[in-house]
Amino acid sequence: MAGLTAIFNRYSTLFQISPLVITLTLFLVGPVIVIIILSLWKFDGFMTLEGVWTFRNYEKIFTRSLTVTNYLQTGKMLLITLVVTFVLGFTLAYFLVFDLVKLRTKMLLFLLCVVPFWTSAVIRTVAWMPFLGTEGIINQAVVGIGLSDEPLKFLLFSEFAVLLSYIQIFTLFMMAPLFNVMARINKDLIEAARDNGASSIQILWNIILPLCKPGIAIGTIFVIALVASDFTTIRILSGSQVGTVAASMANQIYNVQYPPAAATAMILLLAVLLLVGGIMRLVDVRRQL
Amino acid sequence: MSKNTNGKAKTGLSRRNVLKGTAAVAGLAAGSTIGGFPTIWAQEDITVRTVGMAVSNMPQLEAMANEALPFNVKQTAAQIPDIMARGINQSASADLFEPPMMLLRAMWPTGKFQAWDTTKLPEWDQVVDLYKAPGKIWPDAWYGDGQNPSQVGYTSGPEARDFVDPGSTKWITHHPVLHNADTLGIRPDIIGRPIDSWKELINPEFAGRSALVAFPQIGLMDAAMAFQANGEIEYGDKGNMTREEIDFSIDRLIDLKKSGHWRVLWSTFNESVQLMVSGEVVIQSMWSPAVTAVREQGVSCTYQDLKEGYRSWTLGHMLPRHLEGKKLGAVYDYVTWYHSGTAGAFFARQGYYVVTWQNTKKYLPAAEWDFWMEGKPATVDIYSPFGKLMEKVGAVRDGGSYKNRMGRIAVWNSVMDENEYLTDRWNEFMAS
Repeated sequence: MAGLTAIFNRYSTLFQISPLVITLTLFLVGPVIVIIILSLWKFDGFMTLEGVWTFRNYEKIFTRSLTVTNYLQTGKMLLITLVVTFVLGFTLAYFLVFDLVKLRTKMLLFLLCVVPFWTSAVIRTVAWMPFLGTEGIINQAVVGIGLSDEPLKFLLFSEFAVLLSYIQIFTLFMMAPLFNVMARINKDLIEAARDNGASSIQILWNIILPLCKPGIAIGTIFVIALVASDFTTIRILSGSQVGTVAASMANQIYNVQYPPAAATAMILLLAVLLLVGGIMRLVDVRRQL
Repeated sequence: MSKNTNGKAKTGLSRRNVLKGTAAVAGLAAGSTIGGFPTIWAQEDITVRTVGMAVSNMPQLEAMANEALPFNVKQTAAQIPDIMARGINQSASADLFEPPMMLLRAMWPTGKFQAWDTTKLPEWDQVVDLYKAPGKIWPDAWYGDGQNPSQVGYTSGPEARDFVDPGSTKWITHHPVLHNADTLGIRPDIIGRPIDSWKELINPEFAGRSALVAFPQIGLMDAAMAFQANGEIEYGDKGNMTREEIDFSIDRLIDLKKSGHWRVLWSTFNESVQLMVSGEVVIQSMWSPAVTAVREQGVSCTYQDLKEGYRSWTLGHMLPRHLEGKKLGAVYDYVTWYHSGTAGAFFARQGYYVVTWQNTKKYLPAAEWDFWMEGKPATVDIYSPFGKLMEKVGAVRDGGSYKNRMGRIAVWNSVMDENEYLTDRWNEFMAS
């Protein structure tokens, strides 16, 4: 009996982490291995030739100019989304944490930010159409008050529409971690700074912002993952007229070209992991968790 | 023949009722000789599970099948890639797969399916010649570019993976189900002049108000119809382009995109309907029931008959390899029922054609037959199978008669030899 306890004590950490390890192995590591294998199989234009190994799917990615175009487009949209969601998310989180006094009001307003998530992603996306369409509310207003003679076509089925939807939906993913880290900032720190004559700008720049770094990092990782993997919003709101890596992959999958799609997925995964790894090196995320 | 079929459906119905009423009585058995499989439907529960597209796998049809047949039928609607993926990777998860015929070249050679024996299919004689040696329904019909259904219809044996000359064996790779033809949908009230050619899809007059379907294979064929009609290029085979032809077509699509010609590329049925209803788009490639859906909202929309003909598609039932014994017999019975007429009438009222259209005649009132199949002006109000008023007396079906549509197939929905290259180039079009 004593021996059993000793064994348990010795391996208790192992026991405790085992559910997570098993889950991750089964549902994350396993599928990734399957995708790696698939990406190395030959595709003959109609069928996947199981067990016929080739690097051709990867070769194609690295020899086509489309790859560069797609990654540039994905990167551009990612950057714009990051900047705007950060500005919005930071401002909202700051307002909730520092400008509001009552905890109940804070929580209530925070929950209000979650309201858009009560509907499905597709509905959230499609709901933009009556606003942005040629005959939509915005265009009726624009033409009605004489700002433009013609309805603005760039509002819908464009990169603009996609970005708008990204910002609408992903701001929360940036705001929530920021809210979390800001709420933990010791108010005495800010008092002390103020007593020592620091201006509001200085407090923001020298105290709050540095202490928010882990929140920024986590929010950024969320937004990177969401933008890099999206193809539904692109399909609906750009009308399949913007080409990103995920959208190209979706087309390959639709045409049941699994091996080339798997290779595209692996390279995209690698790119995202590199970005995330870079962020983790810059910011010690764990310190604040 | 016709009386026979009629009676069969009726006895099936009563058998079913008996089964339902006395399900608990042990040892209940009912005989069936449909499909050449003298099967005893004993107490054990047989369920035929089908996987296909939403156009033909729906609660109403499922209920009809369950009424008529002595076993259970469970239909599941899925997207095209999912039908294919399930068929290839988990073929035991269903008893009947119903992919579009264009996927046959990718699915049949995997060996996950078994051939149908046409001698055990009593309705096979009624299946139109499109799927047999002639490759067309009427001798004077067009054969069409791309993959004609007859080319992927036959195989050399029950466990073969090849395709052989149509009609040369009794083994078929898939049992054809439905077909129809797609064309341009237009808003006649906004366009205000007659449209009679595919070339109007790329007419600068409709810049910023035209749309294409976003699926590379199909979108490119619609564009090709337009480029050829416009006299820009003569394709060797629009349904199986060479790399040069793909390059030409994609480059033209990119030019048009840069000039702001395409408002949008749509990917779902509902999107195509909304685009037309909202007036965002006035001319686009469209499916026949989508045109109906636009009209149901009180907006004028025409499924436009064009002089260059139609782009056509067809669905087929494929038998997974795991089927045997009673289950296999039940699936043969199911398909036999499917083509005996009642299901055909159901589909006819939606504007589709079952491949045994002559059997449908017995189950459609003459006035409806004349409207749907002969293209004659309606003498009665026309209702959909879901009870919606579709056309009033005097209306003529868009695209006219069955023969006018299916006799003038310019190209078949196909997966081209250069499929992978096409998708890569299409992605460039998207990214341009």
